[in-house]
Amino acid sequence: MAITLSGDQSMPAPPLSSRLTPAQVWGIVLLAPYLLVFLAFVVYPVCYGLWLARAPSNYVALYHDPIFARAAVNTLIFLVIGINIKMLIALFLSGFFAQQRTWIKWLSVIFILPWAVPSIPTILSVRFMLNPEWGVINHIIFSFTGDDGPNWLNDPTVALAMAIGVHIWKSLPFWTLILITGRLAIPHDLFEAAEVDGASWWQKFRFITWPSMQTLYITCTLLSMIWTLGDFNSVYLLTGGGPADLTHVLATLGIRYLRLDQLSLAMASIVCAMPFVLPLVYFMMKRLSR
Amino acid sequence: MKLPGVSEFSWRDVATEARLLLIGIPVFLWTMIPIYHMFLFAISPKEDAFSGKLWPDHPTLHNFEIVFKQQHYFLRDFYVQFWNSLVIAASVGVLTLVIATAAAFSISRLKVPGGRAVLNLALFTYFIPAAFLAVPMYRTMGNYGLLNNHWSLILAMVTIASPYAIWVLKQASDKLPVELDEAAVMDGATTLQIFRLVYLPLMMPSLVAIGTYAVLLAWNEYLYAFLLLSNDREITLPVALGNFLAADDSPWELLMTTGFIYALPPAAVYYAFRRYMVGGLTAGAVKS
Repeated sequence: MAITLSGDQSMPAPPLSSRLTPAQVWGIVLLAPYLLVFLAFVVYPVCYGLWLARAPSNYVALYHDPIFARAAVNTLIFLVIGINIKMLIALFLSGFFAQQRTWIKWLSVIFILPWAVPSIPTILSVRFMLNPEWGVINHIIFSFTGDDGPNWLNDPTVALAMAIGVHIWKSLPFWTLILITGRLAIPHDLFEAAEVDGASWWQKFRFITWPSMQTLYITCTLLSMIWTLGDFNSVYLLTGGGPADLTHVLATLGIRYLRLDQLSLAMASIVCAMPFVLPLVYFMMKRLSR
Repeated sequence: MKLPGVSEFSWRDVATEARLLLIGIPVFLWTMIPIYHMFLFAISPKEDAFSGKLWPDHPTLHNFEIVFKQQHYFLRDFYVQFWNSLVIAASVGVLTLVIATAAAFSISRLKVPGGRAVLNLALFTYFIPAAFLAVPMYRTMGNYGLLNNHWSLILAMVTIASPYAIWVLKQASDKLPVELDEAAVMDGATTLQIFRLVYLPLMMPSLVAIGTYAVLLAWNEYLYAFLLLSNDREITLPVALGNFLAADDSPWELLMTTGFIYALPPAAVYYAFRRYMVGGLTAGAVKS
């Protein structure tokens, strides 16, 4: 008997195809195209990029580049101030758009436009509006005060604020839409009961709306942080990183190094953002794949 | 006698309405001003465009004529670039649909071993900020010899669109009852027949949403297009628009006109498929 057993063990493994059901073979075949795309355009580039950025001298160079420090600070401002303002407005507007009025329904259809149209023409439109000589904003300021308006994109602080404004303009509709969905999911009788008890709007928000939307709101904020880190357009198309490279964020800085043919610095600057990005990604994946 | 549907006049309702308008009017202005400004430039003669007027003295379609007749140095290749944008967006839509539908069917219906892991890999890609992936992707396309070739942009956009597409399609697939597949197997259907005759028809609404998403993503893309393509006859419209800025005396009224033309298709597609888009896309974006 022992011989048969050992004989069984020494038998060559059956070929792969006979161990899998036909459905599983098809499963692998159908999954293969995505795996190929993933290997060729995600795994290989990322590994190659990390290999290019491996030398410690890259990080020393970044550390000594004042533009990098400035870009890191700008990115933080974008994330901490920009996103919180955006999400708070989205939360507020989700309440506004949840109101049952015909004109509000129509307004919500229009409100989606910034999200639906491409970035480049609209951001360039804003850029021209902010032009100190020809822009409509300074024309209006001049006609009211008789003074020239500020040179909006010439002061790095103001220019960065304008870029954050553009970012909010573009992405506010999407987040408002998501938060409206969250709000509409709250059972209506909760509000009716609160109404009967004479609750103020603040109490209704504090004790009904917020507790039911808190998790969604936090998830949205984190997801928005990841996507904002990748927002190249708002800064690049409005300021081009200027004046004097003072409004760069990490997303535009990497491309700037790339354009200067400093690929390893470009990769290194992205690697520097990873300790911040990876925990966010990990958290989001846990939340979504639950 | 009270007319049906007309409620009694109340000061409280007026106050509520006024408060809502106080929010609604700024929201309307905030949303529309950059878009209106673009439109205003498109219908203004050059002199009016720079005067800061809120409506041109002599509105005109002359700018559109210049664009459509390619009568400016910057617009020499307008139709070629428009066509490039169209072909690339359509290719990205089709390829993403094929790759993502196959993957979602495989993971969700066939329960292929390792499917869960692939889904997690896809999600991971979805969360890499696009501008960060652009740097290594640019170099990779160079290594593959695809720079300045439409395939580089198509493949890059498929890489970016697929993860989300797989995610949404997988969610939708999971909602289809298993009994359908089992019944088809009992009737002797092969895997491919199930895919073609049972799965695809039921998934149609999600496929429309995802196809639209991928097409719009590719049509609107600026960064990857600007990195990967550079030849004037290979670039897409957004890159051409970006190149307008290179000149000191950019013809802004033509830039805005071209931009307006370029922004119309996505807006139209969006409104045509609004039902699918909002339901399909926001549902997958964040699961509360």
